[in-house]
Amino acid sequence: MLRYAFVRLLYVVPVALGVSLVCFALVHLSPGGPLSAVLPPDASAELQAQLTKLYGFDRPYPVQFGLWLLRALHGDLGTSTGNGRAVVEEVFRAVGNTVMLALLAAAIGFVIGLLCGFLAGYFRDSWVDRAVTTFAIAGVSVPHYWLGMVLMIVFSVQLNWLPAVGIWAGAWAWDWEHIRYLILPAVTMSVIPMGIVTRTVRALVGDLLSQEFVMALRAKGLSKARVFLHVAKNAAPTAIAVVGLQFGYLLGGSILIETVFGWPGTGLMLNDAISRRDLPVLQGTILVLAMFFVFLNLVVDVLQAAIDPRIKRG
Amino acid sequence: MSAIAEDIVRIATVEKTRGYWGTVLRRLTRDPVSVVCAAILLAIALAAIFAPWLGLADPLQGSGIRRLRWIGTPGYPLGTDDLGRDMLARLVYGGRLSLVLGLLPVALAFAIGTTLGVIAGYVGGMVNQAIMRVMDVFYAFPSVLLAVAISGTLGAGIVNSLVSLTVVFVPPITRVAESVTTGVRNLDFVDAARASGAGPMTIMRVHVLGNVLGPIFVYATGLISVCMILAAGLSFLGLGTKPPSPEWGFMLNQLRTAIYVNPWVAALPGVMIFIVSICFNLLSDGVRSAMDVRG
Repeated sequence: MLRYAFVRLLYVVPVALGVSLVCFALVHLSPGGPLSAVLPPDASAELQAQLTKLYGFDRPYPVQFGLWLLRALHGDLGTSTGNGRAVVEEVFRAVGNTVMLALLAAAIGFVIGLLCGFLAGYFRDSWVDRAVTTFAIAGVSVPHYWLGMVLMIVFSVQLNWLPAVGIWAGAWAWDWEHIRYLILPAVTMSVIPMGIVTRTVRALVGDLLSQEFVMALRAKGLSKARVFLHVAKNAAPTAIAVVGLQFGYLLGGSILIETVFGWPGTGLMLNDAISRRDLPVLQGTILVLAMFFVFLNLVVDVLQAAIDPRIKRG
Repeated sequence: MSAIAEDIVRIATVEKTRGYWGTVLRRLTRDPVSVVCAAILLAIALAAIFAPWLGLADPLQGSGIRRLRWIGTPGYPLGTDDLGRDMLARLVYGGRLSLVLGLLPVALAFAIGTTLGVIAGYVGGMVNQAIMRVMDVFYAFPSVLLAVAISGTLGAGIVNSLVSLTVVFVPPITRVAESVTTGVRNLDFVDAARASGAGPMTIMRVHVLGNVLGPIFVYATGLISVCMILAAGLSFLGLGTKPPSPEWGFMLNQLRTAIYVNPWVAALPGVMIFIVSICFNLLSDGVRSAMDVRG
């Protein structure tokens, strides 16, 4: 087990390097180059040359990448060209809000998705199955940013039950005054994994139930609950993979939801950075989110192997 | 004698099969859900293409006094937007860009991904490692984040959106193409082709491609609805089209501020994205089950 985790960890290194290379390249691919945001449009060639030298942009790319990576590993992602603050601080301030939102959305989405998927898979071709399938296909097809707007129209504009946008003032606390800001964005966000988890689990359970070992268990006279446990255990590795991947998508893909609801997480920060062409913030946020996703995948793989010994050999 | 000969001819024509794709198409036309979805998509696409001849209002002509009319206002069946432009016309015209942005990246990614995947799968070894490890890196980004990252740094614009969305969809298609090809390359008929002296290009083009295209195609059709939502999402963030040309995602973004004045008109562009996306999803499911049962 430990050996598998270690090998898997080694495999992460090149991917993580590649991811940071992409993040590094992004800034250099931007039109006008990395200095476009700090230089005034009418800057003299002299000033431009000076700044290029100052930032080290005149050095060869591999050297620049190496130095950038070294700084990033020491927790220095540069400073925002918008407000002059350290990017790392900005990102970690925002990441908490995004994680909170994603966790709640994941909890809602996964619980409902797993439940619906299991029911639909267990009662194949019944009315439950048809209802769940319809609901799931709508879930994966809905543009979630639009769904957010619709929920906002219904619950904020028409019914006036929940606040439409923004966040509480001051520190976070787990009371209604604060939580009510979280409800609409979290519910909207939960629809994304809900549909996919439902569809995957339904197919998975339907598949497993048609296998011989289930018939053998039934023939052996096991109770329905025990058979269910066997099926659940066999479905777990794949379910964990989907759930893990979806959680990563929630964290990385929160930009649209956060923009709709004005939720001050990494997504809103990315959106601001793009419109202000604040390249260091853009780069730093993407790097942190992508690295998070890489390590989430690692954790999922190791968890899968821990549950299902066949994976280690495969 | 001649009667028998006629019989033989008749039997021969009946026996002449429609071919694999013909069978798939026939099976698809027997699935009511797929037919309805295809019809809806076709209607939206045709309306978008022939929009100038449908007698619609000018989608760019605003009016200061007719802003945000309700759905059903005489002369404005679907109301007007925040600049007094006719919503029906804008939704129909908007289909042009939105459909292109939803379909073209998947088509491009299908071409690129299939090529890369088949090469990686067939050649194997170092070539496989080189291609697939690069794909792993792009796979390590959540898709929305990757699209936003590329579009955001390249700047707003249709071409940049197309580029970023294509980059998002190449890795998953390459992965599928590679795994399908790896499964096919060791089959007997490939060995037979190689033994009879066929070069790698010929084998890939003639023997491998024909056998892997189906599964890759099914997978790619499933990505269209994701691409629609993602493309409109980029426009929603202001990274796609530039005003005033109508595009559903961008229209939705512009009308966000109108939800307190005329909420249901503001939600209309999203309804279009939803309809198109759900139709593509159902159609893709139809294609999948039509192709699964072979022979």
